[in-house]
Amino acid sequence: MADVKLQDVGKTYGGTVDVLRGIDLDIKQGELIVFVGPSGCGKSTLLRMIAGLEQITEGTLEIGGMLVNDIPPAQRGIAMVFQSYALYPHMTVRENMTFALKLAKKSQSEIDEAVARTAKTLQLEEYLDRLPKALSGGQRQRVAIGRSIVRDPKVYLFDEPLSNLDAALRVATRIEIAQLKEAMPESTMIYVTHDQVEAMTLASRIVVLANKGIAQVGTPLDLYERPENEFVAQFIGSPAMNLLSGEVTKTGAKTTVKLDGGGTAISAVPTQDADKGLKVNIGVRPEDMTETTGTYLFEGKVNITEALGEVTLLYFEKSGDNDAVIGKLPGIHSDLRGKTVRVSAVPEKVQLFHNGQSLYYR
Amino acid sequence: MEAAYKGLLTIFLGVGGCLLYFYLSNQFLDKVLYPAKGVNAGRNINRANMIRPWLFVLPAMIALGLYLAYPVVATFWYSLTDRNQGDAFVGLANYQQMINEPKFWEAMRNNMLWLVIVPAASTAFGLMAAQLTDRIGWGSFAKSLIFMPMAISFVGASVIFKLIYDTRPVDQAQIGVMNAVWLQFEGGIGSWLILRLLPALLMLCGAAITAYTAYGFLLAIREKGGAFVRGIAIGILALITLAFLSLALGAFTSVHRYGEAQTWLTLPGWNSFLLMVVLIWIQTGFAMVILSAALRGIPEETIEASIVDGANPFQVFFKIKMPQISGTIVVVWTTITLVVLKVFDIVFAMTNGQWETQVLANYMYDKLFRANDWGVGSASAMIIMLLVSPILIWNVYNARKEMS
Repeated sequence: MADVKLQDVGKTYGGTVDVLRGIDLDIKQGELIVFVGPSGCGKSTLLRMIAGLEQITEGTLEIGGMLVNDIPPAQRGIAMVFQSYALYPHMTVRENMTFALKLAKKSQSEIDEAVARTAKTLQLEEYLDRLPKALSGGQRQRVAIGRSIVRDPKVYLFDEPLSNLDAALRVATRIEIAQLKEAMPESTMIYVTHDQVEAMTLASRIVVLANKGIAQVGTPLDLYERPENEFVAQFIGSPAMNLLSGEVTKTGAKTTVKLDGGGTAISAVPTQDADKGLKVNIGVRPEDMTETTGTYLFEGKVNITEALGEVTLLYFEKSGDNDAVIGKLPGIHSDLRGKTVRVSAVPEKVQLFHNGQSLYYR
Repeated sequence: MEAAYKGLLTIFLGVGGCLLYFYLSNQFLDKVLYPAKGVNAGRNINRANMIRPWLFVLPAMIALGLYLAYPVVATFWYSLTDRNQGDAFVGLANYQQMINEPKFWEAMRNNMLWLVIVPAASTAFGLMAAQLTDRIGWGSFAKSLIFMPMAISFVGASVIFKLIYDTRPVDQAQIGVMNAVWLQFEGGIGSWLILRLLPALLMLCGAAITAYTAYGFLLAIREKGGAFVRGIAIGILALITLAFLSLALGAFTSVHRYGEAQTWLTLPGWNSFLLMVVLIWIQTGFAMVILSAALRGIPEETIEASIVDGANPFQVFFKIKMPQISGTIVVVWTTITLVVLKVFDIVFAMTNGQWETQVLANYMYDKLFRANDWGVGSASAMIIMLLVSPILIWNVYNARKEMS
C-alpha cells in the first residue's frame, strides 16, 4: 500500500565490482512489477536491496515516501517470499505465520484473527498445526505466502517463488498469485522471475534488467510489440525475434529496407530523408512471418521443422553474420523441410533498430 | 631395532592371519561343507550363504566378548564376592560398605558437578566459538587454536594446568600463572571491581538466564501443556537460579587473602572447578567443530526470512538457529557427558582425589589397585556403568536420528 521509488540506485561489491548502476524506477501503489533478465543480471540483488538484505551502495530508495536506505528490513513494511520457501523447519505452520507478529508484539487476539483470515484465503486451515516437512511443495509455498500476508505489508517481494515447483503446480500457483493480487488491489508487489510466461501473465509492468541497468520498463504488450532495443526484442518472446541487417532505401511514413540477404522489408516505423542509406537491423518475430510467393523479406532453405501441432517452427539455414532465422507458421508444415521458402511480414510488425536502439522511440 | 622388527612381525602375522582365516574358512564352507555341485547344489549354496556372514562376524564377536562382555560379567561377579573370604558370595555387602563411605558420596557429588558443569560449559563455549568464528575473517585460524587442545592427552593437559596452578614456598618466586595474577590484587578498588562486582554480575546474569528459561517453560506449559516434564525442568532451573543468587551474594561476603600465594589445588570447593577447567578447555574444541558444521548446514534463507520478519541477532540465534541444530547440540552434550562420567586421568594426575576432588573412576582405581579391595572397587565400577548406559543409549539414538 505504498509507492516504491528508486533513484539512481547502484550496488558495488568491495568498492570495485559493479553489479547494478543507475537504476531509476517509479513503482506506483497497486502495481505488480516483474523483474526479468538473464541469469546474473542482478534482478535478485535488486530485490534484496529493496528488502534490505543487501546494502544499497549508491542512490536512494523510498517506500511510501520515506527514505529507507538505512532502515532494517523489518521496519520497511515489506514481506518477502523466498525461492526455497524458507519456512522455519522447527515451527508449525501457525508458528511460522505468527513469528513476525509475535516479534512485533501484536496482541494475541490480533494474531489469531490475522492467522484465521489468511489460512482461510489460502486454504491452509487444516494444516495449521503441521510441521513444514509434512506438507507438499505447493502447500509450503502457500504457507510462505501466508507468512507474508499476515504481516499486512506495504510491499510484497517475491523471489522466484515458483521455480521450485513442478510444471503443473507452477501454473496453478501462478493463477493463485494472480487471484491473490486481484483480491488485494491496493497492495504493491515486486516479483522476480526468469520465466517469461510468469512475467507476461502476472505483471502490470515488466522491468527488463541487463548490463547492470534497466533495458526497458513497460507493460507486457509494450515490451512485446514495441521493444526499445535489440536486447529486449530478443529477450521477450520465444523463439526470439529475428534480426536481419540491411540499409534504408526509402523513407517517409513507411520505411523500406533493402536487406543484405536480398529481401526487402517495409516497416511502419517512420523515418526522415536524412536516414536514407542508414545501416539498420530489422526485427521480425517468428510468429509474424507468413509464407509468400511475391515480394519477400527473407528467403532461405529450411533445415529443420518442428511441428508442434498448432504451429510449425522452421529453422532456416544460417547465412552470413546473422543468427539463423526462425519462422513460426500456423498449422502443420512438415513438408517444407529441405525446401527453399520465402517469407514476409506486414509493415506494422517490422521493427527498426539502429545501433541496437529502436528507431520508433527516437 | 629389535622392537621394531617384532612390531613388523606382529603386524605381518596379524594381517596375514586374518586373511588366511577368511580365505580358509570360506574355502572350507564352499568346498567341503556345502559344495556348490552335485544333487543338492541349490540347497547348498543357500545354506553356505546363510552361514557366511557369521564367518566374518565371528572374530569380532569373540574379541568383543573376551574384552568387553566377559569383563562386565566378571566385574559384576567380583562386586558380589569377597576375596578375603576365599571369593565367597556376600550379596550386596560390598555395595553396603561402599555407600557407608563418605569418600564415595564425595565422589558421587563431584561427579554430578562435573556432569552438569563440564558438558554445559563446553557446549556453550563451543557454540559461542562456532557462531563467532563464522563471522570474522581470521575465524578459521581462531578455530584451529581452539581445537588444538583436542590433540593433547588428558594427562598432558593436566601437567600444563598443574604449572598454571603451581605454588612455590613464600621465599621463592612464584611461577604459576594463577598466582601471578592473584598477587596483582591488593584489595583496592580494582580488586573490588574484578573479584567482587564482576563475579557477582556474572552470577546475576546466570540467574537471569535460568530464570528467563524457566519463564519460557512456564509460557510453553500455558500454550502447549506437558506440565509434568516442563514442571520438573522449571523446578531444576529454579534451584540453579537460587544457587546463582547465593553465589552472587557470596562474591561480596567471602574473605579474600590478598598478597598471599594460594595453593589452588588444595582449596576445597574451588579445586574441583579448577580441574573441570582442564576438561572444558579440551572439549570446547570438539563441541565447536561439530556445532560449527551444523550451523553452516542451516539454510541461509530461513535466517534471511527471520531478519525480514523482524528478528534481532539474538532472536535469530536463539529462535531460528539453535532450534534447527538442537539435535546436534544434544549429541555433542551427551558425548561430552560420557567423557565426563569416565573422567579419571585429570583427577589422577592433578590431585589424585585429595582435598575433596575425588571422582568415581579415581575412587574405583583407588579401591581396586591401591587398597586391593576388589569387591568395593568392582561395585563402584558397576555404578559408573549404570550411570553411563542410559546416556550412551540416548546418545546413539540421537546420533542415528541426526544421520537419517
